[in-house]
Amino acid sequence: MSGVMVLVEHRRGEIREITWEMLAKAQELSSSLGVEVQAVLIGRGLSGMAQELRPFCHRVLVAEEEGLEAFNSEPYQQVLGRLIEERRPVLLMIGHTAQGMDLAPSLAAALDLPLATDCYEFGLKDGRLWAHRQMYGGKLSAEVSSEAPTKVVTVRTGSFDPEGLREVGGEVEEIKVRLDPFPWKRFLEYVEAPPGEVDITQAEVIVSVGRGIGGPENLGLAEELARALGGVLACSRPVADKKWLPKDRQVGTSGKTVKPKLYIALGISGAFQHIVGMKQSGLILAINKDPKAPIFQVAHYGIVGDLFQVVPALVAKVRERKGG
Amino acid sequence: MDVVVCLKRVPEVAEVDLQVDPTGKRVKTEGLPFVLNDWDSYALEEAVRIKERSGAKVTVVTVGGEEDEEVLRRALALGADQAIRISDPRLQDPDAFAIARVLAQLIKDLPHDLILVGVQAADDGYAQVGPTLAELLGIPHATLVTSLELEGGRARVRRELEAGLEEVLEVELPALFSIQSGINEPRYVSILGIRRVAKKEIKVLGLEALGLEPEGVRPKVLLERLFSPPVGEGAEIITGGVEEVAERVAEIFERGGVI
Ligand SMILES: Cc1cc2nc3c(=O)[nH]c(=O)nc-3n(C[C@H](O)[C@H](O)[C@H](O)COP(=O)(O)OP(=O)(O)OC[C@H]3O[C@@H](n4cnc5c(N)ncnc54)[C@H](O)[C@@H]3O)c2cc1C
Repeated sequence: MSGVMVLVEHRRGEIREITWEMLAKAQELSSSLGVEVQAVLIGRGLSGMAQELRPFCHRVLVAEEEGLEAFNSEPYQQVLGRLIEERRPVLLMIGHTAQGMDLAPSLAAALDLPLATDCYEFGLKDGRLWAHRQMYGGKLSAEVSSEAPTKVVTVRTGSFDPEGLREVGGEVEEIKVRLDPFPWKRFLEYVEAPPGEVDITQAEVIVSVGRGIGGPENLGLAEELARALGGVLACSRPVADKKWLPKDRQVGTSGKTVKPKLYIALGISGAFQHIVGMKQSGLILAINKDPKAPIFQVAHYGIVGDLFQVVPALVAKVRERKGG
Repeated sequence: MDVVVCLKRVPEVAEVDLQVDPTGKRVKTEGLPFVLNDWDSYALEEAVRIKERSGAKVTVVTVGGEEDEEVLRRALALGADQAIRISDPRLQDPDAFAIARVLAQLIKDLPHDLILVGVQAADDGYAQVGPTLAELLGIPHATLVTSLELEGGRARVRRELEAGLEEVLEVELPALFSIQSGINEPRYVSILGIRRVAKKEIKVLGLEALGLEPEGVRPKVLLERLFSPPVGEGAEIITGGVEEVAERVAEIFERGGVI
């Protein structure tokens, strides 16, 4: 039976959240199309994870492979290539994550399959894939499509809610793939980020600066606001990339996830990778020149204006209230 | 050592009210400022540093129109040795695969030990051209690279995973790496520097010269339409003069118990 395939993402023995999100979407497609949900689990020491997945899939396809303690796109590509050729799924879902970004494009090219990356919504209509993805830093969305019999999508994290997962009680099927050697790329080790001087995840108030701050010489302004509110400074990625602030202050997918009582975004456009790290804050205020900046979609309050004018006024008012 | 860097010129949209053109599939680009894709500037800087350290030869490539030569000139000013532009009217609305396909066709005949690309382009954000290109050339790749060291015939790279975690890989050359922002600090190029390379030849190649049939670059994924992203509840926008706005916000902070 044909199916919707989901590549299970796991690291250090744990299934990652994106997997459950994709399974939730796969279940939805499976009921409307009448096809199986098939989870593909590749690696070493997989039996526990296979049992964890089994209730939520019709089939867990397990490929235990020698030397695959950590993810490596080359053997993954071989296993998936073999499975796709044998089983012809209508759709293969892979996370748009560090793993998926490394794997999906080369896999699709090797098998001559269409690939739509970073999709936040998609479906199949009469066999045709339609998918929605963001462009231009989240300012526009695009609908893309493909009519090929098998399509690949990479799925944006947080797009589907795993709360709705149902038990469909499937089976575990061991698959044996004779891998060609994969000597070109070797995993050596993981490296953790060094702990920073300030732990922004513990702060109740965060004043976060983006590229709109213009340069390190302007950080003092944001610092003053942070001080007036008893908070700490954080930043978007470009600010850390340019070393205006240390990397441990970065909020987002490749930085920290924070949930302060108050998050103030100064000159941050609100790219998806940033929003992921701060959208659960209690109160979000965004100050941005651009009324169309996506940050205003997640903020509770917004000021459309020049931060260099607004922030000093705000510092004064906050001090006034505190003093008074 | 031969290094090839793939570059893209993109509109800078952070402060722009983007409009969709009448086709519904493209944005109106008139009047938009264009820049070298941010991620590519890191890839280019990395290549130039390798050249400075080891005397590598650097070739830069873009797929695009004449106006896109601007990013090639910039690269030449930084020290790239050779620039090539691929251009063909039949490459009108290419998808990521089509771009990778033409790049592969060109690069397979260029000496290449190392191919560097940016992680993604800031406009369409596919993050797809690099690893697709590697596959079409039959060479290994690693994406999201945050550090790159060459030793003998191989590279030791760090890849960025999530939440600050990284992994270290060893990859045999020739290989392709997609470079993540922050790997280095791209240097500035002066107008004078760019003027100095204004006369340098940029080779322009079309599909015929590359020996490609138009069918070979047909997109696999079609872009049907652009639209405004779904909106959430959205922020309550506080309007008024600066003083007034600041006063309202301070009030909100106080009510919210943060002051
Ligand atoms: C794999 C990957 C991981 C990533 N991880 C992260 C991450 O963890 N965290 C992260 O933040 N990003 C991350 N990014 C980058 C992300 O995609 C965006 O590029 C980035 O968040 C943009 O930062 P920004 O909003 O500061 O800059 P821009 O998008 O350039 O926005 C600057 C904003 O400042 C405004 N502005 C300018 N001047 C002023 C002024 N005077 N007053 C008021 N407003 C002004 C502009 O209108 C604009 O909206 C990642 C990207 C990739 C591909």
